[in-house]
Amino acid sequence: MSKKPLQFTLNGSPTAVFANGGANLLDVLRREVGDLTPKYGCGQGTCGTCTILIDGEPHLGCLTLAESVEGRSVETTGGLANGPDLHPLQKEFMEGFAAQCGFCTPGMLMAAKALLDQNPRPSREEVVEAISGNICRCTGYESIIDAILRASGQNVGRAV
Amino acid sequence: MSSIEFRKDLFADERDDNLNEIGKPTVRQDILGHVTGRSPYYDDHLFDGLLHLKCVRSPHHHARIRSIDTSAAERMPGVKRVIKPSDVPNNLNTLLSLINFGKDDEALLQGGKVSYVGEPIVAIVAETEHQARRAVDAVKVDYDVLPHVLDPEEAMKPEAPSVNEAYPNNTFDYHELYDHQKLRFGDTQAAFQAADHVVEGKYQLSPIEQAPTETCGAIAAPETNDRYVCYTGTQALFFSLGTTAKLLDMPSSRLHFVGGTVGGGFGGKVDSLHEPLAVLGAHLTGAPVKYVFDRQEEMQVGAPRGAERWYIKDGVMNDGRIVARQFTGIFDAGAYSRLSPYAIVKATGHLPGPYTIPNVSSNVYCVYTNRTPATAMRGFGITAVDFAIECHMDKVASQINMNPIELRIRNAYRDGDMKAHRRLAKNTALIECCQVAAQKAGVRLSPELMADSSLRGGGTPERIEIPETLTDDYGKIGDRRRSNIPIHPGEGTGQQSRVAAGVRGEQVVAAPAQDTDMVIEPGRDGYRGPSSGEKLPQAPQTMAPIQPTPYPEAETAAQPVTAAPAPPPPPTTPPPTASPPAATPQQSAQPTPYQPDKPFDRGVKRPGVSRFLSGSRRR
Repeated sequence: MSKKPLQFTLNGSPTAVFANGGANLLDVLRREVGDLTPKYGCGQGTCGTCTILIDGEPHLGCLTLAESVEGRSVETTGGLANGPDLHPLQKEFMEGFAAQCGFCTPGMLMAAKALLDQNPRPSREEVVEAISGNICRCTGYESIIDAILRASGQNVGRAV
Repeated sequence: MSSIEFRKDLFADERDDNLNEIGKPTVRQDILGHVTGRSPYYDDHLFDGLLHLKCVRSPHHHARIRSIDTSAAERMPGVKRVIKPSDVPNNLNTLLSLINFGKDDEALLQGGKVSYVGEPIVAIVAETEHQARRAVDAVKVDYDVLPHVLDPEEAMKPEAPSVNEAYPNNTFDYHELYDHQKLRFGDTQAAFQAADHVVEGKYQLSPIEQAPTETCGAIAAPETNDRYVCYTGTQALFFSLGTTAKLLDMPSSRLHFVGGTVGGGFGGKVDSLHEPLAVLGAHLTGAPVKYVFDRQEEMQVGAPRGAERWYIKDGVMNDGRIVARQFTGIFDAGAYSRLSPYAIVKATGHLPGPYTIPNVSSNVYCVYTNRTPATAMRGFGITAVDFAIECHMDKVASQINMNPIELRIRNAYRDGDMKAHRRLAKNTALIECCQVAAQKAGVRLSPELMADSSLRGGGTPERIEIPETLTDDYGKIGDRRRSNIPIHPGEGTGQQSRVAAGVRGEQVVAAPAQDTDMVIEPGRDGYRGPSSGEKLPQAPQTMAPIQPTPYPEAETAAQPVTAAPAPPPPPTTPPPTASPPAATPQQSAQPTPYQPDKPFDRGVKRPGVSRFLSGSRRR
């Protein structure tokens, strides 16, 4: 397994690493680039906690060949906030108690961002569909859905 | 979408609503890390030269290992170290040994006899995960496959294969004397005879995997000060630390454990399986080592909530009063103890559920089978028996044609009532829950029931009474072990080995909770002697009289019916003449129940340890 140069844009910054041939993007991001925000949950594409955006589309980092992002734009949760200013999704997740253990949160945020970038005012059903590939085991789906709807500027009753 | 409704009208005088945080939305202190992806889970610590550890696992439910050949694996590319069972300094442990509970029964790496599918045998440390997996495949283990048992009641039969070498009878030894946890309160047998209906039921719950999104794992690395740092996703950092120190025979001062950020646990991350192997790997290679379950291991090897089976027998009067409740509980611990014996202690303390029942008995067994060892999960020990109890309440309600909510209110415990484990109930709220549930469900209850309250009616002399409790001819509240217990009551103790736990697990499930030849013995907890008002036959000199427990109701209306029932038929085998002398004077041995230091109120109090909870006697 020889290492190959790989260049792509990560959260707006040009990034170049040497990656093992055949490595998956999640491993390269975490081990080679050092962006630890996408999480490793199952390694088999079922839990969605490694969700990242490639050219604005949600993808599963653990099932994406690193080489396939050559020259493309990759977004992770690490790029959501602008310095200390949080993304509206992050703010609403924070205030709406939409994270408990926090392990699924980066993937949820990226799936939600992909939705809101395409569809700024989604319906509740569209939100449910958008995060249907992301598993939360602390059972916080309702508050997550509410937070995403609020981040899109829709008035949703707050839990509690 | 808020689904939470505060009923501040209930117990309004007991609550201070003038609080700063309680009842108000708040922002979690760790949530900034969660939404920015910066919360430091154990896997978010990067190390140069990180090695990966994978285990060779048993493909068999039950097998003796004849030989292990790792020579091919040691020559595989990238393999840094093959860890064998003999490399573990102190290769036998049980999780709760740290609190002096149970015998050491589980090896970190099993070299003798594997007892469940997935039990680790050899660990491979390699440069990449892929290389470690390849080397795992290259290890040759020669097995002598043994018969296995997967059902706990099958495992209790005499001919069942012995699963756990520390507990050859396939049941955990409580206090090194008892093969089950026992609760006795009053006389269930007599109450069954006096009851209008006897309702029996069998209930079971499957194992449940916690399935956290972050699988269990740990990373360990040597530090420059001759210590090892271990980043771990454990839910029980000090269990992990103590377990590692014990298994590796290493002072805990050399272990620097960092945890606290857990990617979901729900009880599945308390078993401390990863930290000892990761630290051992770091110790043997001098390099950082990561040991993590993949998703398949998490599901197959990660310990689930254990399966439970409950048999419940209720004695019920026509008016809905439950006068007796008997339990036989069977926990499937899997191959090793882990936390199951403790779950049973919890379950026993919980019986008979949130109800005040004057006669309660239970035998609860912790049984070893060739399945994945069970461990903690959200309310373990309580969840399954509560499921069983509430299903049974519905069954009882349908049998006596009573609304199930009404049945619950009529039998609900109330503040000040004596519970079966001899502690007073407090902060009870079942009646109020039932009333709200009835309203929500549109069930019409009588005005009398809707006006009832947990605050009233409890703690009366009848409801606070600790009833006389039957003992056997050894002065015990029932037999210690199945080997002493006749399969059918009165048959004598001919059986030398373990008693059949049931024909196909149906007919005789385990030890009967109470034998018919048991007697009330002076000097025992709860003994009051025949009260002067009752005209009971005088006891023969060698034996205390068999005597029904007077339940509260008996003293009022139903005097002729229940106060003088026909005594139970004499046992076919008379008890040994060497029974303890019963002629001691009737001392007022009614024990004083637990009383809090301060007068009873509804504040939160730390419960102490009840010495009545089990049948143990101090040695």
